[in-house]
Amino acid sequence: MSSVISEIRKDFIYNLLLKGERVDGRTFDQYREISIERDVIRKAEGSALVKLGSSQVLVGIKMQPGEPFQDTPNRGVIITNAELVPLASPNFEPGPPNEVGIELARVVDRGVRESKAVDLEALCIVPGKQVWIIFIDVHILDDCGNILDAASLGAIAALLSTKVPASRFGLGEDYMLPINDIPVATTAIEFSDVLMFDPGVDEESIANTKLTVITTAKGEICGMQKSGKGLLKPEQIYRIVDIACEKAREIREKFLEA
Amino acid sequence: MDKSDISFFKDGLRLDGRRADQLRPIRIEVGVLARADGSCYIEMGGNKVIAAVYGPREVHPRHLQEVTRAIVRYRYNMASFSVEERKRPGPDRRSYELSKVSREALEPVIMTSYFPRSVIDVFVEVLQADAGTRTAGINAAAVALADAGIPMKSMISSCAAGKVADTIVLDPMKEEDNFGQADLPIAMTPGGDITLMQMDGGLSPDEFHQAVEMAMKGARDIYEMQRAALVEKYGKLEASTIEVKACE
Repeated sequence: MSSVISEIRKDFIYNLLLKGERVDGRTFDQYREISIERDVIRKAEGSALVKLGSSQVLVGIKMQPGEPFQDTPNRGVIITNAELVPLASPNFEPGPPNEVGIELARVVDRGVRESKAVDLEALCIVPGKQVWIIFIDVHILDDCGNILDAASLGAIAALLSTKVPASRFGLGEDYMLPINDIPVATTAIEFSDVLMFDPGVDEESIANTKLTVITTAKGEICGMQKSGKGLLKPEQIYRIVDIACEKAREIREKFLEA
Repeated sequence: MDKSDISFFKDGLRLDGRRADQLRPIRIEVGVLARADGSCYIEMGGNKVIAAVYGPREVHPRHLQEVTRAIVRYRYNMASFSVEERKRPGPDRRSYELSKVSREALEPVIMTSYFPRSVIDVFVEVLQADAGTRTAGINAAAVALADAGIPMKSMISSCAAGKVADTIVLDPMKEEDNFGQADLPIAMTPGGDITLMQMDGGLSPDEFHQAVEMAMKGARDIYEMQRAALVEKYGKLEASTIEVKACE
């Protein structure tokens, strides 16, 4: 799945980096421009189109009544799925999700689940028999790097705009999905001892390692994922976490809190 | 809901206020994706569809390559949230069929002999469905092919006609499609050569003629919009005036 990048391009990025610069002129911890457009899909219960620089991710939420898991009879169910459709990148191929897509979906899911963002108890209809099932479907449209952060942002933004379709199933009036927290994922790559946040697609392809940190509104970490075959020193991890909390707070305040 | 429960016309106009021979509002945007070689976003009524073209590029798996021409692949895919009842992700029998007929609608105008042993990939994602997704997909794909600079003999434009309450209507919307009496999607060149034709439901020969003519008129109008969208993007491009010196 790794994309082809020429040696010249790699050298170019490396030489810039030695001068403390990035390809698009950002500082190392600076995010590209973010835009979030909600309710773009009328057929979905909630949706959000996230643009992170040129990366574009669309997240749609569908809900339907279904059976609870046996060990959580009074709680709603979240199912997260990601499609890395071949429209989004020359490196994506049709077919069932590969490990990259599965990892992406699972990390997005982890943020929503572990932060307890959705009040699952409120989604019980008949205890042990019927609860609401929330499908979070992530559709990558344009992979220009760091689609994980974009997908996580899209997931929570879409959930925040989700209306439970109770009337369609004869279960009373529609109501807004109760949301208790706003998790935000931030990702950095490590390349030759330099940490770069919100990597572009070229930066991603030269990086040894990627670390994603998901934080809650209280500033707690609710999920992490290291990806890639490189090494990270503890100091590097602490530094990423520090900056991640800060960045997540900025993003949350600016784009997700009403 | 039963057929008889729906009245399709009110004061001579359709449920969404259109006349029988009127298209839904259409918006076409060229070059919406950074990674793709060509792309196009289209809204036709409630449909929201995005198309990307990659290539000509190397064929994988290799045994699919043709010595004398490029192969064309077309993948029609619906987002799971694009419809009322969540659709299971991935291809089903319907999307295989639509992919095939859509590919065959476009292939006749693509100059595949220019690119032997390569592939031109067309990917179509239906983000929101509201009847007529295949026609919207073909319209977007044709523009995306042009945007990718793929040599083509002409544009392809696609539109459906339908029959509701014994009346032939252009570009049926969801209710008309679900509870109507016939659906007839076509695709064609601006010269009037048909490259896609499907039909289901029931039409008399006269009605069929009427429906084809109506759909062709719709496709001609859509062609003008496709053309305008491409001119909008490429009409104002000027040749670069930067002087580039060769390395010695």
